[in-house]
Amino acid sequence: MFAAASIAILVVMAMALARAVIGPNVYDRILAVNTFGTLTVALIAVHGFLTGRPEFLDISLVYALINFIGTIAVTKYVTYTHLRSPDDEQDWEDV
Amino acid sequence: MALLADLLSWICLLAGGALALIGGLGLLRLPDVFARMHGAGMVDTLGLGLILVGLMFQAGFTLITVKLILIFGFVLYTGPTTTHALAQACLNGGVRPRAAHKDAGGEPSSTP
Repeated sequence: MFAAASIAILVVMAMALARAVIGPNVYDRILAVNTFGTLTVALIAVHGFLTGRPEFLDISLVYALINFIGTIAVTKYVTYTHLRSPDDEQDWEDV
Repeated sequence: MALLADLLSWICLLAGGALALIGGLGLLRLPDVFARMHGAGMVDTLGLGLILVGLMFQAGFTLITVKLILIFGFVLYTGPTTTHALAQACLNGGVRPRAAHKDAGGEPSSTP
């Protein structure tokens, strides 16, 4: 039964990758990569149970954290072309 | 009792996989970024949630269940945050929802 869930997750991951490849603009790609990361969290958790080692859940938790931070960072970078505060008027040329 | 837990676990895992498939299909087939966010939201909440609940039935009352609840709670917090930030970025970047410019009769949205 874990194998069936893993196969379903892998199929959805393939769909998300297809959307990331054919996505017409950059926001489609960000959305697809975020979904791919969420599915990776589920896949790592299910794989831990499939192989009888639920300690994989720690990796899954860390992956969820990194996925969120990465998606927010990429979204902010695409929006503002930098990562500092959007209303920061200070000159950052020499940083 | 163990059989009941197994049965509930299987039902949750299969339902989660099926809902994730429906969400992935929506992510692939829907016409717009804003529409595709619904498919991604389905994968984030009900797909992952049911799969994790199915794993909880397998784990029983242990520390593993606490970790699964932590993962689910975190994804439940971050999923809407990410979608909101992405929708805001879309609107800032000049992408408009499809229905809006169909009513106005304007040009199709730009593709930055």
